[in-house]
Amino acid sequence: MIHDALIAPFTEFEFMRRALAAAIALSLGGAPIGVFLMLRRMSLVGDAMAHAILPGAAIGFLLSGLNLFAMTTGGLIAGFAVAILAGVVARSTGLKEDASLATFYLVSLALGVTIVSIKGTNIDLLHVLFGNILAMDDATLLVIASNATITLLVLAVIYRPLVIESVDPVFLRTVSRAGAPSHLAFLALVVINLVNGFQALGTLLAVGLMILPAGIARFWSRDITGMICIAVASAMVSGYAGLVLSFQTKVPSGPAIILVAAVIYVGSVLFGSVGGLFRQLFPGRHLEA
Amino acid sequence: MRRFQLICLALLLTALPARAQDRLNVVASFSILGDFVKNVGGDRVDVTTLVGPNGDVHVYTPAPADAKKIADAKLLVINGLGLEGWLPRLLQASGSKAPIVTATRGIAPLKFGSDADPHAWQSVANAKIYVANIRDALRGADPADAAIFAANTQAYLTKLDALDREVREAIAHIPEQRRKVISTHNAFGYFAAAYGIEFIAPVGVSTESEASARDIAGIISQIKAQKIPAVFLENISDPRLIERISTETGARVGGTLYSDSLTDEKGPVPTYIELVRHNIKALTSALAN
Repeated sequence: MIHDALIAPFTEFEFMRRALAAAIALSLGGAPIGVFLMLRRMSLVGDAMAHAILPGAAIGFLLSGLNLFAMTTGGLIAGFAVAILAGVVARSTGLKEDASLATFYLVSLALGVTIVSIKGTNIDLLHVLFGNILAMDDATLLVIASNATITLLVLAVIYRPLVIESVDPVFLRTVSRAGAPSHLAFLALVVINLVNGFQALGTLLAVGLMILPAGIARFWSRDITGMICIAVASAMVSGYAGLVLSFQTKVPSGPAIILVAAVIYVGSVLFGSVGGLFRQLFPGRHLEA
Repeated sequence: MRRFQLICLALLLTALPARAQDRLNVVASFSILGDFVKNVGGDRVDVTTLVGPNGDVHVYTPAPADAKKIADAKLLVINGLGLEGWLPRLLQASGSKAPIVTATRGIAPLKFGSDADPHAWQSVANAKIYVANIRDALRGADPADAAIFAANTQAYLTKLDALDREVREAIAHIPEQRRKVISTHNAFGYFAAAYGIEFIAPVGVSTESEASARDIAGIISQIKAQKIPAVFLENISDPRLIERISTETGARVGGTLYSDSLTDEKGPVPTYIELVRHNIKALTSALAN
């Protein structure tokens, strides 16, 4: 009975195994990125970047038609351009990162819409570019897996400056010059993870699997390492439970995964050990003087 | 006074022949309807389509230029049966007074769930009703050219009759137990009802809804259990999903079936007749032993 509900879908169908593998790879890459985005108060950056990717995809479409590789490459380039330009402007002028990013992504979106309309078709490019987690072919799966690998490796390299800059940027500036390069590398990682997330989940949901686990982790841990571990774990659990939910109830898989994450998030807001509502209302005895 | 009457008469005389040479400005909601109008109207009408070649009429977003096209139209031809969900607001915005022809009038709609299935043109018998409706409407809008419209319609209906016979002959060559396919887009309900080929779709009647893991699993089990010989891609929906199903079941991947839109002049299906021919060729080659 339990075996039928929870394990049989994966042993019986290859597409479910592939979807699970993709969800796990996405969790490994995306959730740590989400934690840093949250700590740097950039949680909405993911959404903005999603729009910034459109013109790149549009140019790819113009050059080689409905070719996934060309459109993905174009999206990556556009995303990098916006992320790096916004990062450079924020670091060299007084404009804050969110404002410069908002500017660049709006320009990028306008360009994208214009380019698409020059071609004169109304095919929903985002629909073509962004896939379905149930439709993982070998190529997409490999791309997602190597992306997760690269993300973890790069994060390992820039981990210290990134953490210090997240909590005390002024201190980092006094002791090291690694702040700016590590920030730009981090923005690049955001773009790579988003483009790859789109291939698996679609726009909104790719951002969701990045940000929601970070929100969950915030309620269970005080230190960054703990947060990253909890975020990755909750992303994986959401991926697995969402797929099972989608298999048993006919909810589309992408939304199912995010809904599971949302349920965990609500539970964490209520019962989380770090700043959860119940913990605030009924602090344990040991906290009294 | 006399002079004024003369001027009026002169104006009338110059205006009359000019009016007779004016072509009737007709707007059709999408490319297949546009093709029908062209065939009936011949060189007496100017046809504009709102959703052009390769566009997806289900998820279309009208542009201001479309409101202008409608405002200038003498006649608006739509499919009806809920296909053009975006049309009412566009009509209101354009302030158009043009009469609206519902080309599916008189066709008994198939049901898809609780809604009518709008893809009635997929059966050639229905296409003949479309053409008759369009002829009547054109006659109403431009009685002077009624004879031309009648002759054009007669010629076109003869071609459609020949096409219908061609389809039936082609299907007669397919062994009966092999007359079933999977297609991403459930647009072939009328085709299936008319010609006895069973279409099983992974996604619902509209391209807007996303398939759940359960849907995909159901289809895979079904292909295996019923030994369905072929899986078809479609010119609009995500091809990766179909490829996944195909590799998992060993069913043959057929060519593209065109459902909702024609291609441009250089594409494989610039006209309705070529669309039906293309589809039937793709079906017979995939389903033959």
